[in-house]
Amino acid sequence: MTCSEFLKELTDYLDDSMDAQTKAELEDHLQWCHNCYVICNTTKMTIEIYRDSSLYELPDDLRGRLRSAILTKCKGHKEHTDPQ
Amino acid sequence: MGTIQPKIEGQASDESTLVHAAKAGDISAFEELVRRYDRNVFRIAQHITQNREDAEDVVQDAFLKAYQNLANFQEQSKFYTWLVRIAVNEALMRLRRRRPERMVSLDEDIKTEEDSMPREVADWSPNPEQLYGQGELKEILSKTIQGLPPSFRTVFVLRDVEGLSTEETADALDLSIPAVKSRLLRARLQLRERLSKYFKNRVGGDGKQ
Repeated sequence: MTCSEFLKELTDYLDDSMDAQTKAELEDHLQWCHNCYVICNTTKMTIEIYRDSSLYELPDDLRGRLRSAILTKCKGHKEHTDPQ
Repeated sequence: MGTIQPKIEGQASDESTLVHAAKAGDISAFEELVRRYDRNVFRIAQHITQNREDAEDVVQDAFLKAYQNLANFQEQSKFYTWLVRIAVNEALMRLRRRRPERMVSLDEDIKTEEDSMPREVADWSPNPEQLYGQGELKEILSKTIQGLPPSFRTVFVLRDVEGLSTEETADALDLSIPAVKSRLLRARLQLRERLSKYFKNRVGGDGKQ
């Protein structure tokens, strides 16, 4: 397996969505190719760091305001469309 | 090397009960759906628009549209996937308004494969969390993802941040599965490349200093 072939399969490898034989070939490549090992490892860290980052969390006060605005609009829509 | 396991956030088995009740006019059931997914919609919206005010508007408009169109929701997909589709469309619409000079489309497939070819092969050590404080780290992550084309960061946030499956992401974005996979690979590699500037091994090893 070449490095380009490895890269093409990287996403499926990280998502563990591939057959056992392809996975074994990729892992064999990782045994001896340091660059691909680093790329694989740091790509995995990239995903994990974004997943765990709490980037763009919704603050509680804003959350309350948004929810109340949404429900007011929904109730307005319901009253408007409900049969009298 | 271990693989990435999907983040499962308490996917409720009673979601369809809530949807049926909301369809029948029970507004408190809809309120529960809002409570369940508002954080996710806000995160997705802010990742796409990169603007706090726009993200707030997207949250309101996406839930209102979902409520107004509940009767048309056929339940062939999960409510959450359907809601994400609405939210992504709202977010892209706002992004287009802010950047009328650039076409913003989920169909855009950026130039060649060159943009994703790894150049930086230094390992990251110590862990980024040890190198930077929380605030600084968030700033780096935010700045880095802003640099991705909208079509790439949308796929990345749905798959890798929100934990949707490839099939659900394709469904929510109206893309084919190969298109989702191709964008995801390139988004991951581009982010990795850009983050390496901050996180790479500084001394010895493969570091360049």
